[in-house]
Amino acid sequence: MDTVTLAILKGRLEQIVDEMDATLFRSAFNPIIAEAHDASHGIYDGANGETLVQGKSGLPIFVGVMAFCVAAVIEKAKARGGERPGDVWILNDPYAGGTHLSDFRLVRPVFRGGRVFCYLASVGHWHDVGGAVPGNYNPVATECFQEGMLIPPVKLYEEGVFREDVVDILLANSRLPTSLYGDLNGQINALDLGARRLEELLDAYGDEAVAEAFDRLRDRAAIQMAAEIAALPDGKVSVQDHLDNDGIVDEPLQVALDLTVDGDRLTLDFRRTAMACQGPLNISRATTVAACYVALKHVFGDVPANAGVLRPIAFEITPGSLLAVDAPKPVSGYTETILRLIDLIFEAIGRIAPDRVTAPAYGTINALSLAGHRADGRRWVLFSFFGGGHGGHAKGDGLNHGNAPISTATIPPLEILEAAYPVLFRRWALRPDSGGPGQSRGGLGAVYEIELLEQEAQGFLFAERGREPPPGIAGGGPAAANRFTFENDGHWQTPPMTSKANGFRLQRGEAVRLESPGGGGYGPVDRRPAEAVRRDVAQGYVTADAARTTYGVDVE
Amino acid sequence: MTRALVIGVDVGGTFTDIFALDRITGEVRTAKVPSTPADQSEGFVNGIAQVAASFADIATVVHGTTVATNALLESKGAPTGLITTEGFRDVLEMRRRDRPKTWGLDGTFTPVVARDRRVEVAERTLADGTTRTAVDPAEVAARAKELEALGVEAVCVFFINGYANARNERTAVAAVREVWPNPFVTAATEILPEIREFERLSTAALNAYLQPVVARYLDRLRGRLQERGGPGDILIVQSNGGLMDLDAAKRYPVRTALSGPAAGVIAATTIATAAGFPNIITCDMGGTSFDVALVADGRSTLTAQASIGFGKVVRTPMVEITTIGAGGGSIARVDASGLLEVGPESAGSDPGPVAYGLGNARPTVTDANVVLGRINAERPIGGKLARLDVAAAEAAIRREVAAPLGLDVTAAAEAILEVANAKMAGAIRLVSIERGHDPATFAAMPFGGGGALHAGALIKEVGLDAALVPRFPGVTSALGCIVADLRFDRVQTVNALVDEVDVAELARTMRAIAAELRAQLDAGDTSIDEVVVEVAFDMHYVGQTHTVSAPLAVGPDDLSTEAIREAFDSAYVKAFGRLLDRVPERIQNLKVTVVGKRPTFDPMVLAPLDGEGADGARLGARRVHALGQWHLTPVYDRLRLAVGTVVPGPAVLEQADTTIFVDPDLEGRVDAFGNLVITRCRS
Repeated sequence: MDTVTLAILKGRLEQIVDEMDATLFRSAFNPIIAEAHDASHGIYDGANGETLVQGKSGLPIFVGVMAFCVAAVIEKAKARGGERPGDVWILNDPYAGGTHLSDFRLVRPVFRGGRVFCYLASVGHWHDVGGAVPGNYNPVATECFQEGMLIPPVKLYEEGVFREDVVDILLANSRLPTSLYGDLNGQINALDLGARRLEELLDAYGDEAVAEAFDRLRDRAAIQMAAEIAALPDGKVSVQDHLDNDGIVDEPLQVALDLTVDGDRLTLDFRRTAMACQGPLNISRATTVAACYVALKHVFGDVPANAGVLRPIAFEITPGSLLAVDAPKPVSGYTETILRLIDLIFEAIGRIAPDRVTAPAYGTINALSLAGHRADGRRWVLFSFFGGGHGGHAKGDGLNHGNAPISTATIPPLEILEAAYPVLFRRWALRPDSGGPGQSRGGLGAVYEIELLEQEAQGFLFAERGREPPPGIAGGGPAAANRFTFENDGHWQTPPMTSKANGFRLQRGEAVRLESPGGGGYGPVDRRPAEAVRRDVAQGYVTADAARTTYGVDVE
Repeated sequence: MTRALVIGVDVGGTFTDIFALDRITGEVRTAKVPSTPADQSEGFVNGIAQVAASFADIATVVHGTTVATNALLESKGAPTGLITTEGFRDVLEMRRRDRPKTWGLDGTFTPVVARDRRVEVAERTLADGTTRTAVDPAEVAARAKELEALGVEAVCVFFINGYANARNERTAVAAVREVWPNPFVTAATEILPEIREFERLSTAALNAYLQPVVARYLDRLRGRLQERGGPGDILIVQSNGGLMDLDAAKRYPVRTALSGPAAGVIAATTIATAAGFPNIITCDMGGTSFDVALVADGRSTLTAQASIGFGKVVRTPMVEITTIGAGGGSIARVDASGLLEVGPESAGSDPGPVAYGLGNARPTVTDANVVLGRINAERPIGGKLARLDVAAAEAAIRREVAAPLGLDVTAAAEAILEVANAKMAGAIRLVSIERGHDPATFAAMPFGGGGALHAGALIKEVGLDAALVPRFPGVTSALGCIVADLRFDRVQTVNALVDEVDVAELARTMRAIAAELRAQLDAGDTSIDEVVVEVAFDMHYVGQTHTVSAPLAVGPDDLSTEAIREAFDSAYVKAFGRLLDRVPERIQNLKVTVVGKRPTFDPMVLAPLDGEGADGARLGARRVHALGQWHLTPVYDRLRLAVGTVVPGPAVLEQADTTIFVDPDLEGRVDAFGNLVITRCRS
């Protein structure tokens, strides 16, 4: 195949998955998909499930991890006598290539000439999938059974017939069945559309040409990744960081990386990381690999999104450790652990090639849920993620109030939240002094203060970076740590586990306050021009006190 | 003396284009003069002087402007301040918690209102419209004075939940207007009374930021025209493709963010509809980008929101223009995996392609066109350069593309065009196939300088019916000014279930908004043939956050729950295929549009009066490479071709402002209006 046809097919295939993403975003019910784009689509190998093409607009962390779930479907189908045209599978099993139970996957074989040519898959974060905590970030879960329903690969469509009974089971297990029903339909629509588009493409170019393009694109991705690695200086660096605690036992958990560059090979060795914990911070090996891919893609922006990228990389992950757990270890807090992995990779590459990376970002998604009943008895669940600062870098200061590196999520408008739930935001503001100091300052985190307007509510928080703040790189300082407090009988309280809170009570007129971390600083503070520090003080990004004590600049 | 001339003026970065129509004689005159970036009004009157013997002959001047667009892109608005609800001064800077790029976290954002110019006052309205804390006008006035002391020229007032009840905001705005030394005071809910605080604030803050710049420019323009006896009736093209009078443009400058491109789409619509192509995709190929817009059944598609650069969100109805990074200056390179990439990196128009000889050494799309003989190196369009350097273009393609791919220079140049065409085809698919339109029923309409070279390839790549190259592709936007209608839009948040909405009240609101817009329409002194009122709802199933736009088939007198539901069902099925049972529907917004139809324009006035057959218009021949081989290709003087002439491919058609290439397996035909219609060979 000539390279021009290959380049054209690459564009056409990417457009198909992008269009699947867009269809789901527009028709989804819950804001985590519709507004925060916590969803993804792709095309996967018909034999082994490897990622062939992934959408550009979906959640970055799903890039890579979906391959493992398609593989699980392939295995299950084999055991059950094989795929039939018109089948669509559904699952959320986190140990079968999953992330956490909230992420529901639909997998659909595409048949050509009576055989499976490839798979299309759709994943989306559903609003509520049962379990002990509305919204499913259960900070005290010790088994996945407390986190929500677990659905192994089962058929949603059997030879084109919609299995209403399966849908009934799903609906019966959610606090928000309408939202679930809407999102499920959106995902079905996206797969329908993808199948239609792919068949048009196969008719136009022929099955063999497209199959060859799949292979060639993987080969080229491997070559490209190897070339990027080869451009880094050879050597080994060791870095470590800590998670605050697992929500059950108040002890820090070490996450460690020994990174080795050897020519065009990269080894990511996580064996110094803690063993699996009791709480929900564990992740599966598939998720660990996917997180590394996300970090590398941030550093090497040109590498494509297919399985070939992983070929030049060796992983060392201890089975049974925090980064490679099996059922039924709880996994709902997976976002926090993968954010830490990304920070580690940024830090490690920052040691050998500081101009290639940004300092770590705020490093926690701050999953907050507030839930209760209205005066008329209707249940409400407010569930959202929040923002923070991005790290400083060689080119300049970090971005204020960005989204997490694992997603391209936007935050719902506060007016939408206030219209939908009985809450009032008292503040929605930048948090001064939260950016890590340095030659380039980290971006600022935010302060959100939310007051309850109904009689009573229950609150849950799942977060991190409460004790160990996002570090700086290349001599830059750390950002401010995450801080969560809530009002109780006129006093502001801090949860015992700092960044995790389970089922605290709020009365009408009381509020919660979330102060998110900024990004880490880049380069030594004494290299920051005094003029830049004065400008920061004038804008209120840095207080006069901090200018004096941290930067040694007096500002009147 | 009758004022008979209607003049359209489109001010671009390089040229100011003029299109004048004498309404009595039907005579058309066009002119192209250099733009005067320091004060665009200068080039503006210079251009008009070329087509009008006396300014006293002018009835109406219609203007597509890029003053607002440029101020946004170059961050050259006025010093702006913000007065807002206590606790929320950072909404503008926090955006919707996004980032400029998906991959790589090194993006930055500078809000148009700096943090020290954003001040807060005690006040609060709840989501249900209840006033929790009433605003104190004295506090507002004091904050306004502080902003004035900081050197702020324009001020925006924005309160949380103002869409639900604007009373506090109105009180505050009145207090500011009482003390503010100039008219540059923007109230967020006057610009956009719609839920979503960041989008409303961003739009309003950008309006304030643009107001002094745009208002001063428009005043200068009116002054210069009146000095010379010109008309008082000056109309401005809005981003939605409709016109507003000059005073409305001074109040709502943010509505002109895409004024220039919108005029182009309107002109394309008129020309194509007359030529029997109600379904077209306009293709505007510039130095760095390729802009496409879809027109179906003679109507352009509108989008509710767009971002002019990262974080500068404008939420007003705009002609939907999809931009991809593939222009004449897009750079071709072979990436680390050995795959050919074209763009998005671009050499723009300065230094531009290698062949320009202005300092860029990396090959571009234009260089490939030069090497393949499709562009006349001896007579480049635009008139800036005397000739193009073919040898330099060849050397660059050999070094950067041919050698790494193991191809010869010609094959490498053709590969660059194939990849570029594939990207452009992708943009066309995005606006057609992805929106459920069948490309076989659409024609591509290239305008601007570069698109007509690629139109043939796009027909084949996407399966389009034809390409339609207008007679004057270079002045299309100026023509659009002449044909556009007046148009005013209003969005009002409703936020009610279809089953529970008070239909009578909703009908009253519809009538009231329509009357208000009608009053705005009547405020100018433009002659209008007919007034049309259009109503649509933004609706969704309860629980969804995104909405579909559901046009209402009946007027307020016949409004009913059933009519609303019918509108939603048909819009939803069109967008997503299936309806959802037993989920209640909600009306998010009411959208009312009032259109004042202007006297119709007869595109026959553009038709060539005489002309010659292909042989008579032939200028010569040159070698052009296409479909893998060199062809000795005839070159024609496009404007000399008579109506009905058929030009078989391969052929090059040249005119002052564009070059057209007809591929070997296509043919071109001059239609009754002077357009060139390119199709697959029929003979």
